[in-house]
Amino acid sequence: MSFELDRRAFLAAALGATALGAARPAHAQRVATSAKIVIIGAGAAGSSLANRLAARLDGAEITIIDARKRHLYQPGFTLIASGLKPAGYSVSSTSDWLPRAVNWIEEGAAEIDPEAKTVTTDSGTQVSYDYLVVAAGLKLNYDQIEGMDVGLIGKDGIGSVYASPEAAEATWREMDRFTDEGGVGLFSRPATEMKCAGAPLKYTFLTDDYARRKGNRGKTEIIYAAHSKSLFGVPIVNEKVRMLYGERGFDTRYEHVMKAIDPGRKVATFATPEGDREIPFDFTNVIPPMSAPDVIRNSPLPWADKWVGQGYVEVDQYTLRHNRYPDVFAAGDVAGVPKGKTAASAKWQVPVVEDQLVAQIAGQEGTETYNGYTSCPLITRVGRAMLIEFDYKNNLVPSFPGVIAPLEELWVSWLMKEIALKATYNAMLRGRA
Amino acid sequence: MEELTFGTLIAVLEEMFGRGLFWGLVVIAALVTAAFVYVIVRDRSLRSRWFLRAELLAPIGAIAAIWFVFVITRSGLGDVGGPIDVIALIMIGLAGAVGLTFLAYTVQAVVGGKRGEA
Repeated sequence: MSFELDRRAFLAAALGATALGAARPAHAQRVATSAKIVIIGAGAAGSSLANRLAARLDGAEITIIDARKRHLYQPGFTLIASGLKPAGYSVSSTSDWLPRAVNWIEEGAAEIDPEAKTVTTDSGTQVSYDYLVVAAGLKLNYDQIEGMDVGLIGKDGIGSVYASPEAAEATWREMDRFTDEGGVGLFSRPATEMKCAGAPLKYTFLTDDYARRKGNRGKTEIIYAAHSKSLFGVPIVNEKVRMLYGERGFDTRYEHVMKAIDPGRKVATFATPEGDREIPFDFTNVIPPMSAPDVIRNSPLPWADKWVGQGYVEVDQYTLRHNRYPDVFAAGDVAGVPKGKTAASAKWQVPVVEDQLVAQIAGQEGTETYNGYTSCPLITRVGRAMLIEFDYKNNLVPSFPGVIAPLEELWVSWLMKEIALKATYNAMLRGRA
Repeated sequence: MEELTFGTLIAVLEEMFGRGLFWGLVVIAALVTAAFVYVIVRDRSLRSRWFLRAELLAPIGAIAAIWFVFVITRSGLGDVGGPIDVIALIMIGLAGAVGLTFLAYTVQAVVGGKRGEA
């Protein structure tokens, strides 16, 4: 059987690797330098970049600052919240992914001074740098929904896939109960920038799927409250999702932004152009407003005129280099670019930062640029997904044009999400994909 | 879309199975292939009786391969949504069929030893 296993795995990996964005060769020519490089954040972008820079630079002093001992595979959260994987599926150790040559400071960053070129950690240690890469991820602001608290997740019909693997698992217990009993399922998304804008849609589809499988769809109402006039930022994808929502019988409400939740009454309040509206629920997946972490928001690094109050780093959207501090870069969720708060985007951004940074160290011009590539295996039910890939221009950029249709619900797209994506993600963390 | 390199593919496969299991499977596959080549060279032909028996196992290999993929991905025939899904299933089935046929032939040939003309 080994032969078939290899063949299957080969195929799945080929598909999976491309779903996250096919890679360029991980290591080009090594560059000798004594530069001090600080990376804030050891998540998907930070760990991957640390590995790539360690392999690429000879003699550089690379420091990574992150207090979290757990590394979380966030693309797995939806699968956990759908009862398909246990919470442990998304959990590993930060230390598992960092190269030995990199100095890991197990503290949070407390202050950034890009003029003095220093980062101060939580304990007050000052770390100076020649080059800084901000890969700090983003912050979930549950407190911006009145009455909401992370402690409520898993009780009284309140779920929230994003908070943690444990919260995703608690959300599954509530969703499982809800799809047994029926009632009103309420789904929404915040008006801020958010990570993986497809996730709220996926989870609505999955809840519908479970209700159908259990024969309880008849006593289940599904309401989706969209924050704007559309369901998804890419128009062609929005139209497809709108059609599917219609087919599945979802009640879609537009321009509804959740502002408060009352767990006792099981009612959520939404801000709408016509004033506040209350919607009762028996189950809801709360997605909080998101922003850059405080240390970034309170630094001189964010945009002044874009994403105001959200604090994303002001970088050139193609080179990912800071517009005002040329020795600062950003990658991953914290980067202030119009698209791409997904692991797939991080996978495409990291080699660009590597190329631009290494070229800068060598006194040359970088050649790689980021085109806004984002990928979202949009699950439409257990067993099917649409492999949606797009760029800054809202163009679809399918990895397999003419073979895997991006707007078709396919089993192969599901296959990738299930078995090949995490492997590709792990390979990315090691700087090998 | 950029090129998917061989190195990336190996890295992904190592992550998927674990490094030990992946290379173990590669070694097993290589050994079966080597054993198959060996018996063909040894016998200077395909023995029709062994080959026929091995071929009878092909549908089982195909079904087992497809069933295995469905089980590990919690999906089923009802999830087939487009032509590429059918093509992928055929490829998985073919891989299973061909794999089991090769394996069965090789096992018979190795166990059966060198005999006269069939």
